[in-house]
Amino acid sequence: MEKIIEFQNVSKSFGDLQVLKNLDMHVNKGEKIALIGPSGSGKTTILRILMTLETIDSGHVVINEDYLWHQQTGSGLVAASEKHLHQMRENVGMVFQQFNLFPHLDAITNIVEPQVLVKGTDRVDATVKAQKLLALVGLEEKAKHYPHELSGGQQQRVAIARALALEPKIMLFDEVTSALDPELVDEVLNVLRVLAADTDTTMLTVTHEMNFAREFADRVLFFDKGQIVESGHPEKIFTTPEEPRTRNFLKKFIKDIA
Amino acid sequence: MEQILEYSPILIQGTITTIELTLASAVLALIISFVVGLARFSSLRIVRVAAIVYLEFFRGTSAIVQMFFMFYVLPLFGVTFPPLLAGILACGLNLGSYGSEVVRSAVLSVSKGQHEAALALNYTNYQRFRYVLIPQAIPVMIPTFGNLLIELLKLTAVASLITISDLTFMSQIIRVQTALTLEPFLVILVIYFIISSVLVWFTKLVERKFSKGRHTITAKEG
Repeated sequence: MEKIIEFQNVSKSFGDLQVLKNLDMHVNKGEKIALIGPSGSGKTTILRILMTLETIDSGHVVINEDYLWHQQTGSGLVAASEKHLHQMRENVGMVFQQFNLFPHLDAITNIVEPQVLVKGTDRVDATVKAQKLLALVGLEEKAKHYPHELSGGQQQRVAIARALALEPKIMLFDEVTSALDPELVDEVLNVLRVLAADTDTTMLTVTHEMNFAREFADRVLFFDKGQIVESGHPEKIFTTPEEPRTRNFLKKFIKDIA
Repeated sequence: MEQILEYSPILIQGTITTIELTLASAVLALIISFVVGLARFSSLRIVRVAAIVYLEFFRGTSAIVQMFFMFYVLPLFGVTFPPLLAGILACGLNLGSYGSEVVRSAVLSVSKGQHEAALALNYTNYQRFRYVLIPQAIPVMIPTFGNLLIELLKLTAVASLITISDLTFMSQIIRVQTALTLEPFLVILVIYFIISSVLVWFTKLVERKFSKGRHTITAKEG
């Protein structure tokens, strides 16, 4: 198995609060990973570090065999330049809890503009692709609607299409249903289920939807206090977790746990 | 009052000059507002410092004194501007300092999520400002810019002190020639008010144009 993401002894603190403690982990190419665990356990921070929204305090992060936060020079590893980060970001796309669509652009332009600006795609080609992606997320009729005219679930589906349009090798989903009304959660999760089944894109999702995590993931990582407590196949984690902390956490979501 | 009517040609002339001065200074102030306001976000320290020095100097000193410098002091150093240009420069530079703060705070008011979305889509710094932050900041700026535009109109009255024949200047001429005091000042008061009403209406028009289809807050965002 080819590794696409690697955390090597990574630590990260916000003030006095240490959110990641000497974390070692890796993700293989094409793997679908679900990160679960209590709030503040560092799951979201992992995604934000991969998206370069947060720096790391120590250790190394490797994406696609290249250091993310460092770069090789004649005299060894130095902190990455903005240029290096810009190159590295090409590998990664992210969908946010709060959607973060551009409110001044309609749905289709939200998907077209990044392709034109970032990849230099011709506007006509970008529009064709955006239409395909809108169809994929079931919103082809909403192309000309502005974000404020869409429901939360629809906005999130547009946001997923927008991230997909740039064809990242790695997709990050940060609690993408947490801001949604309960009846809108499934329409977003269904899109993710289709994506997970159809693409070989590597996907990491932070979620509190345990049933979804169980279907979606090839591997589940249970986080607590900035460390991976347990990881494994979803069937194993959700039915016969080994660690008491995992079991205690999952008890809140699943009644018939061993 | 009939006596004043005889002077209507110079009142019209003065009104035109006041409007010219206001509009030209407004264009200058608008350009300065964006350049200086955005310079505050530069990654270069020297650019940020220069913007702050400009802001604090022009905001922190009297507009009249700035105008006197422009017209009476600079010629001593060999720089001579025609009165109207000196007036435009002084008004534009003065209002531009306030305007730069409007631009800066409007850009800052765009939510953090928008910055992060632009970064996650791998926009460059320039693209982030040009295509994400500024388009969302402009509707926020417009009402405050409208206020500043009216401030600017009133500020142009000071330009009469550097021999520009604007509305205020003309009223002084009428007063001297007719020995009337109430009438000329009352007339220009009304004219100023009419011009400012037009500016208010114009601001509302622009505001409406920019708010079409643009809502800075998405459905779920607080």
